[in-house]
Amino acid sequence: MPGDSSNVHINTKGVKQNTYDAIVIGSGISGGWAAKEFCEKGLSTLVLERGRQVEHIKDYPTATKAPWELPHRSNITQATRQANPLITKAAGYGEDNQHFFIQDKDHPYIQEKPFDWIRGYQVGGKSLTWGRACQRWSDFEFTGPQRFNYGFDWPIRYADVAPWYSYVEKFIGVCGNKDGIEAMPDGEFLPPFDLNCVEQHLKKTLFDSFGRHLVHARWAHLTKPNDIHLQQGRGQCQARNLCMRGCPFGGYFSSVSSTLPWAAKTGNLTIRPHSVVHSIIYDDQKQKAVGVRVIDALTHVATDFFAKVIFVNASALNSNLILLNSTSTRFPNGLGNDSGLLGKYICFHNYRGWMNGSIEGFEDGYTYGRNPTDAIIANYRNLHTKDADFAGGFTTFAGAYRERGDGNVCPEQIGATYKQAMTEAGPWHVYAYVQGETIPKVTNHVRLSDTEKDQWGIPLLITSVGYDDNDDRLLADFFTQTEAMLAKAGVKNIQHADTKQAPGLDIHEMGGCRMGKDPQTSLLNKWNQLHGCPNVFVTDGACMTSTGNQSPSILYMTLTARAVDHAVSELKKMNL
Amino acid sequence: MNRRDALSRVALIFGGTVIGAEAFLSGCKTATKYGASLNFTPDDTAYLNEIAETILPATNTPGAKEAKVGEFMAVYVKDCYEEKDQKIFMEGMAKLDEACNTKNGKSFMECTPEQRHEFLVALDKEAKDYQKSKKEDDPTHYFSLIKQLTLMGFFTSEPGATKALRYVAIPGRYEGCIPYKKGDKAWAT
Repeated sequence: MPGDSSNVHINTKGVKQNTYDAIVIGSGISGGWAAKEFCEKGLSTLVLERGRQVEHIKDYPTATKAPWELPHRSNITQATRQANPLITKAAGYGEDNQHFFIQDKDHPYIQEKPFDWIRGYQVGGKSLTWGRACQRWSDFEFTGPQRFNYGFDWPIRYADVAPWYSYVEKFIGVCGNKDGIEAMPDGEFLPPFDLNCVEQHLKKTLFDSFGRHLVHARWAHLTKPNDIHLQQGRGQCQARNLCMRGCPFGGYFSSVSSTLPWAAKTGNLTIRPHSVVHSIIYDDQKQKAVGVRVIDALTHVATDFFAKVIFVNASALNSNLILLNSTSTRFPNGLGNDSGLLGKYICFHNYRGWMNGSIEGFEDGYTYGRNPTDAIIANYRNLHTKDADFAGGFTTFAGAYRERGDGNVCPEQIGATYKQAMTEAGPWHVYAYVQGETIPKVTNHVRLSDTEKDQWGIPLLITSVGYDDNDDRLLADFFTQTEAMLAKAGVKNIQHADTKQAPGLDIHEMGGCRMGKDPQTSLLNKWNQLHGCPNVFVTDGACMTSTGNQSPSILYMTLTARAVDHAVSELKKMNL
Repeated sequence: MNRRDALSRVALIFGGTVIGAEAFLSGCKTATKYGASLNFTPDDTAYLNEIAETILPATNTPGAKEAKVGEFMAVYVKDCYEEKDQKIFMEGMAKLDEACNTKNGKSFMECTPEQRHEFLVALDKEAKDYQKSKKEDDPTHYFSLIKQLTLMGFFTSEPGATKALRYVAIPGRYEGCIPYKKGDKAWAT
């Protein structure tokens, strides 16, 4: 068995050279936080990253290119699309940022049901290309599954994470307005991005006529950097809205611009790129995990690394894969998998619903600069009581924009007059899209292939994840409610679309290694420790017990910082 | 997701993308000198530049020819179009000249700017009417492709973005509600 210590040939010199206090698997948004926290607390820390090195600014080749400097003006070529039918579906993927995504052929997996697994394998992971929305969870979300009997109870509540949200927000920089909304608690905000003229009108209409809240974006942008941000070498967001290329100003948060260089400054950090983790090594005598087996991505040579504590932050599904592949006499079905639930209850966010319309009466208003955020309509469903025919809630992202050009008004749509019309500001439009909670189900799962392996000898992941009729009912309500709100605000030509996109394209896959109080029904305790192997922590999307309706990344960062604090305290007490 | 990605999704979902087409004008010969191969000749790009310039001419700001829209179309059609759209576009180049010959008795390049304008106004109207009445699976009119690429190529070019429109590489800040009066230039991005 790959993780069985009895089969491991241990070179003692290698052990010494390859031993650290802590190992963090993955350098993305949560791995970067684990690295920062461990290094700041004085622990020698090895970060294992399966992809290439990416350094802030130096490795952002397109960051300052003007539209005309890109031969296809950011569009994808047919050659790229044909070679990468999966990854080119990712929102925002283009000629200008494709180097931060995988190539399909290098990283196969098996879709038992359609599932678009979007990956970015490099130092910084998907934190380079993430959406940057940072709303806090409320207790409505932590308690919803239990109160309304559609899922499994979390072992933590909002009060457990609230101080850690503050801790993370202050460091990464989150803009927003303190709106006092119960369903979306306020945080430590930098000044918000303005709402434009139409968005202000929508905000007023939604509140006056529906008692609902359209609020400023809560997004990981430095609208006004504080000292702590300047110390990171980051500066003010310049409103270029080219974030996914990497920001040369450090205007938005990523591991590459923030946590990893911060960790490196302590002298305690070692980053090892091209390190594909095969498994976590469990020692049956010591009854704990002792290290991590790595296959070098380039040479395919296996090397073991050792540490007292191991953080698994490989991204939700890859963390499941590593644990499932970490078998030993004690854990024949995957590390910590006494419950048999590892890989099960995979969930995601429902991103299928989109709306669009046009609105008149704001022709004397325009914008300066490019807003990299969306406004947010806070969830208004299933809060205190169950008031919908579906379980869970949804966040709505929305905004208004002014089209360029209005040549349709010209009788002749060729020539100088038409050109003039096309160079002026055109009609205002309003858009909205949904981020809906999905219900964790035992049938939605991932598992390892018995027969197929990748180029590093690691079993391929099988995804078996699908929608259910709860998702359809939530979507129907989003369309009905949003149409009513937009119509009340005077929006015309309202259209809606169900993209019917496969799960996974939301890039919010979660679960499989859920937190819970009871080792019989969960994998992780309230500190994100494996019940059965307490020196291994999982703090990325894999730990999620339910999905809530808020954007999840900041919760992963928050749980990570909280878990490292606990881990170091337990190490000091000699409990790990 | 962010606003840039959201807006590109909105365009994709609701925008009525212009794809697909076949022989639209009956009786045209396909073997004229334009659009013979995806390796666009200098004659091809010069011709495309003149079509684009007729759609978006130089005024008090540069036109499509100065923005090298013909060269852009050649790159874009070759690299980014699907095969079926490449076929429509390449055949469309020949058809357009044929149609011009039929109407004016001479090739597009031989026509005066006024003749070109008048011809493309009619062709544009024809394409629009066709697009409105066609069934969903019917092919797109070739001129719709040419015009779409002209607009994209021009407004993302340096002269188009910085002179015909307003472009600020590094805005430095965002203001949500500033005054606008009719005639003010739109932002390029």
